[in-house]
This record gives sequence, structure tokens and C-alpha cells, in this order.
Amino acid sequence: MSEPKNPENAVDVAGTGASELDRFPDPGMHEHKLRMADKDPKAAKRAEAQVVILFVISIVGTIGMLIAYFAIRPEGTTASVRNANLALGLGMFFALMGIGLAAVHWAKTLMSDHEKSEDRHAQRSADDVREAAVAVLKEGAADSGIARRPVLQGAVVTALALFPLTIVVPLISSVGGDWDISKFKHTIWKPGTRLAIDPTGRLIKASDLTIGSVVHVIPDVPAEERRSHHWIAEKAKAIVLLVRLDPAILKETEERKSWSYDGIVAYSKICTHVGCPVALYEQQTHHLLCPCHQSTFDVADGAKVVFGPAKRPLPQLPIMVDDEGYLVAQDDFDEPVGPSYWERLK
Amino acid sequence: MKALAARRHHRFTPVVLLLLALLVTGGLYAALAPTSASADTAATDDIAAGEKLFLANCATCHGVNAEGRDEVPSLIGVGSAAVNFQVGTGRMPMAMNGPQAEAKPAQFDAKQTSQLAAYVASLGPGPSTPTAEQVDPALGDPSMGAQIFRTNCAMCHNAVGAGGALSEGKFAPALTDTTPTHIYEAMLTGPQSMPVFNDATITPEEKRDVIAYLVEQREGSAGGLDLGGIGPVSEGLWIWIVGIGSLIGCAVWIGAKSS
Amino acid sequence: MSTTQAQGPLAGAADYLDQRTGIASVVKGFARKIFPDHWSFLLGEIALYSFVVLIISGVFLTMFFVPSMGLVEYTGPVSTMSGQLVSEAFNSTLRLSFEVRGGLLMRQIHHWAALLFMAAIVTHMMRVFFTGAFRKPRELNWMVGFILMILGLAAGFTGYSLPDDVLSGNGLRITDGVIKAIPVIGAYMSYFVFGGEFPGGDIIPRLFTIHILVVPALILALVGLHLLFVVVHKHTQYPGGGRTDKNVVGFPLFPIYVAKAGGFFFIVFGVIALMGATMAINNVWNYGPYDPSPVGAGAQPDWYMLFLEGSLRLMPGQAEFVIGGYTLSLNVLIPAVVIPGILFTFLAVYPFLESAVTKDKREHHVLDRPRNVPVRTGLGVGFLTAFIILALAGSNDLIATHFSLSINSITWVFRIGFFVAPVLAFWITKRICIGLQRKDRELVLHGHETGRIVRFADGEYIEVHKPINDQERWLRVSYDAHKPLEIEPREDSRGVRRKGFKQDARLQKLSRFFYEDRVEPVTPTELAAAHSHGEHDQIDAHAPAAQLAGGSGASVSDHDADSHGHQH
Repeated sequence: MSEPKNPENAVDVAGTGASELDRFPDPGMHEHKLRMADKDPKAAKRAEAQVVILFVISIVGTIGMLIAYFAIRPEGTTASVRNANLALGLGMFFALMGIGLAAVHWAKTLMSDHEKSEDRHAQRSADDVREAAVAVLKEGAADSGIARRPVLQGAVVTALALFPLTIVVPLISSVGGDWDISKFKHTIWKPGTRLAIDPTGRLIKASDLTIGSVVHVIPDVPAEERRSHHWIAEKAKAIVLLVRLDPAILKETEERKSWSYDGIVAYSKICTHVGCPVALYEQQTHHLLCPCHQSTFDVADGAKVVFGPAKRPLPQLPIMVDDEGYLVAQDDFDEPVGPSYWERLK
Repeated sequence: MKALAARRHHRFTPVVLLLLALLVTGGLYAALAPTSASADTAATDDIAAGEKLFLANCATCHGVNAEGRDEVPSLIGVGSAAVNFQVGTGRMPMAMNGPQAEAKPAQFDAKQTSQLAAYVASLGPGPSTPTAEQVDPALGDPSMGAQIFRTNCAMCHNAVGAGGALSEGKFAPALTDTTPTHIYEAMLTGPQSMPVFNDATITPEEKRDVIAYLVEQREGSAGGLDLGGIGPVSEGLWIWIVGIGSLIGCAVWIGAKSS
Repeated sequence: MSTTQAQGPLAGAADYLDQRTGIASVVKGFARKIFPDHWSFLLGEIALYSFVVLIISGVFLTMFFVPSMGLVEYTGPVSTMSGQLVSEAFNSTLRLSFEVRGGLLMRQIHHWAALLFMAAIVTHMMRVFFTGAFRKPRELNWMVGFILMILGLAAGFTGYSLPDDVLSGNGLRITDGVIKAIPVIGAYMSYFVFGGEFPGGDIIPRLFTIHILVVPALILALVGLHLLFVVVHKHTQYPGGGRTDKNVVGFPLFPIYVAKAGGFFFIVFGVIALMGATMAINNVWNYGPYDPSPVGAGAQPDWYMLFLEGSLRLMPGQAEFVIGGYTLSLNVLIPAVVIPGILFTFLAVYPFLESAVTKDKREHHVLDRPRNVPVRTGLGVGFLTAFIILALAGSNDLIATHFSLSINSITWVFRIGFFVAPVLAFWITKRICIGLQRKDRELVLHGHETGRIVRFADGEYIEVHKPINDQERWLRVSYDAHKPLEIEPREDSRGVRRKGFKQDARLQKLSRFFYEDRVEPVTPTELAAAHSHGEHDQIDAHAPAAQLAGGSGASVSDHDADSHGHQH
């Protein structure tokens, strides 16, 4: 055991002002107290039995888990899968917990509990070691002659700096696909594209909508196309929320008067904040709430932001009714949908 | 043709024609008129009883002719479905003004509710209460229902119908205990903040599919306790309480001296 | 590996091994290495063991998971999913949950272990912070631990997204939105991450590689370094009799910690298994396969990312600007980049900050009691308060529904609370710490109150105090109360202005903030004075006014607080 004196504490490095002598002495380590198992052989026996029982619980747990595995064959229903999961998991729990508790109990009751002390050494190397290290490095550097050969120096550095390009250039040029970010500006809505209900693809007539109705809309494309992977990326930009309001409460700017039809308005469903689908439409207040960050838009007033972290209104899709009475887009959105990005307005 | 032409001048002809005309008109009316109209003839007594209940319990706010006022909606043309939902779930009569009318034990029994519904339906055509077959979850396709629910409902009611928050203290209630009929009626009529999903935007079959999906959810989760079905936040809460909590307990036991 | 002297086949094997590796010297040096015993030293082990559980369960999952975004029709047993078009990733997640027996258990164990891993890292970090275990020579190991925490976040985030469900897909979409907000390169960064427009067909395989190879490899390497540092530095210990900066007091690795720490691994694994058996986690079949249109109420990330979600929710939208035709989305950048940047930078540099304001160059191996460093403890609690407020803000919709509140009001409360509450928490914590220190002084000077009232002949009543023993006293007096830095004056004796004065003055200001208010430990002289002052008996004593150094108003008031602590 090391000396319990604490010279470190007496050194007034931090300038606390306390004199070197005016500190209490370290009383040394706590007195060791005997445990029950140390004093009483019966208690030791008992502890040993407890440890054994815990290991046995673990063995039983493992066996139980294996039995459950082979005996219970879930047939896919919720309840059967849940039961199988519970049986396997509980078996595993006992198998593991038995070992854990047994080992700790063993250590606590039967292994020595005499505290021991070990000396520490400062992390810093001794001065002579440091000097030797510097000398070795200097010797090596001199050996290489690097200091005397500046051209070689430059060549080494340049070569090492350049070689990563052999990996980075091919990677960067391909990792971003075609790097054509102008795609952000367009969706697959075109003049005359019919509006269809997500996810069934049924077309929508203006007469289908009652006041207070809301429809989650996708552009009408062949069903086959909707099963392609490409569709997901297009849908991610093209989804629209269609709402029918009482035309009397609809506030519209002069240039957008023609963008709605009889109180039916269509707005992009992609939040202008960070792109969540804005979908919580409150019929009475005409507010549209984003469930991710609670940006709130007023559908009756140009989908302007009334609360939350979004700044810009949702882009509006101009719509009209075609000869057969179906709702169709007049054109694509007139601005990029979704979150802001640096070149958005360029 | 000749025989017919010969009888055209029969003296009963005007009577027969009149009867025929009446029959066609009536038939056409029966076929084309809103379905709620058929309830009219079925139970005039119900309508009368409903009117009494209405005047006693609802007219204070909705007006004696159910015409509504400032913040109170008119009930003309809302149909029996809306009444059955609002009264059947206890939302109406409203206990007090708040962000929204909340479900509570129903004030009227099933008979009184149907009488009220019959009365309101008689005021003007509107969506009517669905039949038992229309809301039978066994007849629905839970997979189709899951897709419809995910797109149209989950953003407010949560993926498994555990409910969620709207703005300004309003909320979309949990659907865990809602009866299939009430689920159907809520979609059909769009109560309070909820939008209307009429039969053109979500077909009656799709509505039944949604019911099938929601009823399927009542079996709980395959993984064990569903922790409220509200996702990562409750999972996070439980890892701190059960996980870190019990393990710190074990650590304290390991670090403590044995007696 | 126990001994080389033993006879029999074991000795033969040991001899074989040692002749080729010289392992005996390692065993000799390592087997009986001393580790101090304390429950809080096991918090890091919880993190380590959950990482082991993550690897075991993760390997199981990779046997069945298909990291592909190719589309297939679901034909498995889950009736609410029948016939739907799903990605291979989603399909295989459902298959390993419902058709691979024990697969769901492994999946739930994996996810619970991930949540526990982060929770244990945070708890462990709290212990290290509040006890000052990051001080010299452990600053570098604090940095290693800090990086491990960041890697843990990366591991969690990449894994969370793999099943390709609606919930995690919307999380990725938010990530995309945040990336796009980065000035100048944002749009290109989005292409960089997704291999084209969101969501593209590459993100799941890319995340998979990062999740199962890059991040775990880095974590493994840094965990190795972290533990190597622990061996090199030897473990810190709590203050107490016989524990100094020159020694380490505890129990030997073999057999005590082999049993205790080894046993604890099984306990940690057992608890995780129990959670996996009984508590459902991340039921992706309810969320459905990713589709850009739907979103569920309660759209949140796992708990350790909630602070980011909350930060985004709190920020008002007015902060988006268009400058010269280019859009600068400060409404996204501030909450998603600046705020976490400030919080994490504070964590990373704190050890260096503290060593700068103390100018303390000693090695520290005896831990601080949190009360003895009131400003550090206060800063830690303030930091946690900010973090918790952000996490709560990230759950504001659930708070609204569960406590019948308005989401808009909650948001406003948190917007203000984010700035006010940490300051308040700092101040209250600091006062509590100083109060506890004074209580310690009181105890050292006057001993325990016994509740026994004695009446003297002259009619005076006193309460008899029982003196505390050496160990109790040592615990309360063996600390340093740092003083604010003293710096060289602005001008030397000849009136020449000194270079670097301004910087020193700033450092001094910071140092004053840390150490102006402090309570000095009792010295033997004070104790003697306290005892001799008490004329009636040796048990009780009138105390002199407590010695409070420093000149602020706070410590003046400390005087009164201390001296009316013992009435006669």
C-alpha cells in the first residue's frame, strides 16, 4: 500500500493561499470490515448455494428457450408471433441474467474484498527518455537526408497529396448521378394532366368534391408507370393536396383568380420548410399543419404561413376542368416545390 | 298496336294514365331522391319524437329550425350520419366551449339518437347512417385499408390510429375504441376539424377497408406491449426508465459492499 | 491464462503460447491491475456492452436483410400489407420479423440496444463531466469519447433509416431538406447523398454500408483507443481516505472484475433481451413502405435525435432571406447546424476551457465532488436543461395530446424557455452546490447534530454536537478551491505597456466567472479555533464566521448564512 499522505494537495499550485502546513492529514484507507461470509462458514455455504442456483436458472433458461424455439411455430398472426417472441425472449433473459447475477454475487460474497492500492506514475516521460527520442528522430532525419534535398521534399509531398485524386475524382463524378440540379425546378405536371386520387389513381371530377372535402392527389399516369422506381422520385415532387372551400371565404390574388375552380384549390403537399408532406387539413379553420415541425398554412389565403418554421407559402398548382368534367392541371408549378435551396430563384 | 290504339278512347284511359304517371313519378322519386328520404315514410313517429328531443336539447344553440348561427353550424342537410356520430359519441350536446367538442358518455340512448337522427334527416337530404354490412370489418380488405388510411388519415390520427395533435389545442382522437359505424360516419360527414371524405373521394368499399385495418390494429403489436403506439418518443422514454433505470440499479448493487 | 507454474496440459499450452508471444509479461502486468469500485464507473460499461449486443444482433440481422430499394410485391403473412408494392429492404425487414423465427426478437433487441447505447453514452459522459474526470491527463480521452458519441448518433441515424418505412423515410426527407439549406453547395450535397434527386435508388445501400462497415469499424477502433487510455492512465477514483493522485485503490482485475464486469455484460444483455421480449419497438409494418405522400402523426426520430427535431420545430420561419437572388435558409441552418454546433463545441472543448481558466497543470486522478466545483456543475446542468428542452420541443405534439395543451402555446413556452431555463438552471445549481459546501464546512467545524439539548447551570441551552470521524472529515476537506487567475499588470514598473494583456484580462474575466464565488475547505487552524472558542465543552463550539474568499456580493451574503447556523 502506498503512503496515504497527499503531498499533491499541499502544493499550492492554484494559488489558493492556504499554507502548506495548514491542511488535514489523509487518514488512510477505511478499515476493512468482514462480511458475513468471511465470519460465518454457514453464510459462505449459503452464498455458494445461491450462486449455484443462479447458474442453474441460466441453464434452465437456455433449455427453455430451445424448447420454445422448436415447440412454438408462429403462423404469422399478430398474437402467435407475439407469443413466440415472448417465449424466446424470456428464455434468453433468464439464460443471460442467471449468469450475470451469479457472477456478480460470487464476486461480492466469496471473492476477496480487501482493497489494494497500486502506485501511479506520471504520464510524462522522463527527460532523458525525451532527449533520447528526439535524438533518434534527428538521427533518422539526417539519415534520410530530407532536409538537404528540397526537390525531393517537394516531390514527396506533391505525390502524396495528388494520389487520392485517383479515388476521389471517379467517386465524386459518379456519386451524385448526373448532378443536374435543374430537375428541382420541374415536376411531371403538364398542361392537361388529370388529377388522380392517391393511391388508387381514380380520376376526380369537380362535382365529386363537397365543401370541406380534401383529396390527396397524384398526377394521372399509366398504372404501370406507378409501379416503377422512378415514379417515387417524381411523386416526391408532384404530390398535391386538393381542397374544396366555400368560394365566399377564399381569398385570391388577382393573377391567381383563374387558378382555382369553384372553390377548389390545389397546393403542393411538400413543406417549404424541410420537405415533409404537409397533410393535416383542419376543415373549420382551413389551416394546413405539417406534422413534422408544425408549420401551419392558411389554405383559404394562398397557403401563407401562419405559424411555425416555414417561411414561404406552399406553391399552388393551377387547375381547371376539362371537357369531360375532370380536374386537370393548367400547367406545372410556377416555382420549385419543397424546401429552399441556394439557387432556388435562379 | 292496333288494340292499344283502339282502347285509347276508353273512358278509363285518363284514370289509367294518371295512375301510371303517378306511379312513374313516385318510382322515379324513390329511385333518385336521397336515401334518407325513405326514412321519412318509415317512421313519422320517430321524427316527431326526435323533434321534441331536438327542441329540448339542441335548439338553444342550433336554433328551433336547426338553422344554426354564427359559430354554430346549420343542421339542415347534414343527414342522419352526422347526428348519429355527434350524439352517439357523446360529442353533442356539447358540455362546454373548448377548442373542440370531445367524446364523452352519450347523453341519449340508441333509440333517442335514432329519433334525433330521423328528425334532422327529415329537414333536408344528407348522408345517412351506414348499414351493418357497410361497416363489417370482416368484409373489408385490411391491406387496402392500410393504404387508404396511411394517405388520408395517419397524418392526424397516427399510423395505428393512436391519435395526434392539431393546432391550437385541437386534436385528432385515438380510434382504438371507436365503433365501426362511428368511424364510417366520421369519414362521411367530416365532423369538426376533420375533412369530409364523401363516397366519391373514398368509396364505401374503401371506407370498410379502413375499418378492417383499424379493427386489425386492436390485436396489438406482434412485438409485445405497444407502448401507446406513438412511436420513437415513448420508446425513448422507456429506454431511460426501464433500460438505464434498471441497469443503474444493478450497477449500484454491484458497487455496494456485501454485508 | 492464469499461471505458468501450473502442471498439466494448461501449462503446456501456456508455455507454447509464451514462447511465441511473450504473453506472460502481459498477464503479469495486467491480471491483477487495480480498478476502483463504484457504481458510476459501470455506466461506460453499459455503453460498451450494448455495443457488443448491437454487433451480435446486427450480424444476425444482416443474414436476412436485403439492402435494396428495388420494388417487390409483399406476399408474406402480415394481412395489412398483403399485395402492396414495397422495397426489398422493407420486404426483408418484414420477412425477418415474421417468418424468420427469433428474427423479431433479434430486431427488437438490436433497436433497444441502440437506444440504450446512446443513453448509456450520455449518462457516462455526465458522470465524467460532473466529477471532473476529463482533467489532465484525460483531455484526449474525453475527445475520443466525444467522437464516439457523434459516431453513435451516426450509427443510430443510418440504422433507423434502413427498413425504408414511411417514418424513417420522412426522416430522410427532412435530412434532405436540411442538406439543401446549406449555402452554395446544398443542392449538390443533396445529389451527393442520394445519388440524384431524393429519394433515388441508392440511399438504402449507401446507408447500409455506412451502418454495418464504416461507422462500426470506427467505433470499434475508437473504443479500443478509449480503453487503452483507461489502462494507460489507470482509472480515476472518488476522494476518500488513502486515495491520492499518486495511487489507485480498488480490487484486482482478476478475479474480481472478471466476475463483476463480465457478469454485468450478461445483466445488460439480459435487460435488453427482456425489453426485446416484452416491448414492441419500431413496428415498421404499421408505418408502411416508404412513399413520399403519407406521413404519420408523431413523426419523430429516435430519442437521441429529438433535440435536432425540437430545434427545427422551435425556430420561427422569418429567418429565411433572399440575398442577391440566392436563398439563405437561416430558418433551417440556425436550428439544424448552428445550435447543435454550439452545444457540441461546448462539450468538446470544455476540458481545455477549464484548464485555461485554472492554469492547473497537475495530473488529476482523484475525482471532484460536483458540489466542490459549483460553476462547472451549474454549466453541466444548464447544458442538460437546454438539451432536454430541445428534446421536449421535439415531442411537443405528444405533450399537447397527453396533457391537453395547445401545441402553439407549448412551442412558445419552449422558445422562451430555451434561453431562460438553462441560465436559471445554472444559477440554481450553483447556489445549491455552494449551499452543500457550506453544509460540509458546518459539519466539519461542529460535527453532527445529535438532537440532544443540554442546559447549563447559567440557564443556557445548547445542542450537543458529535464530532465527525477522520474519514468523514477527509472527504469534506480534501479539495482545492481554485481562485481566479491573477495576471501581470498592464504596465511594468517602467510604465511600458505589456503585450498580451488584453488576452490575459479576458481570461481573467472568465476565470472570475468560474471561481469568484467559492467556499474554502476547513483548515486545521480553523477547526482548532472553532473548538477553543466553544468554552462549554469540547463537543460544541461557536464558530467564527466562515472563511469565504472572494469579494463578490454573493460571498458577502455567504457570511451571514454561515454564521447564524448555530444558535445558543
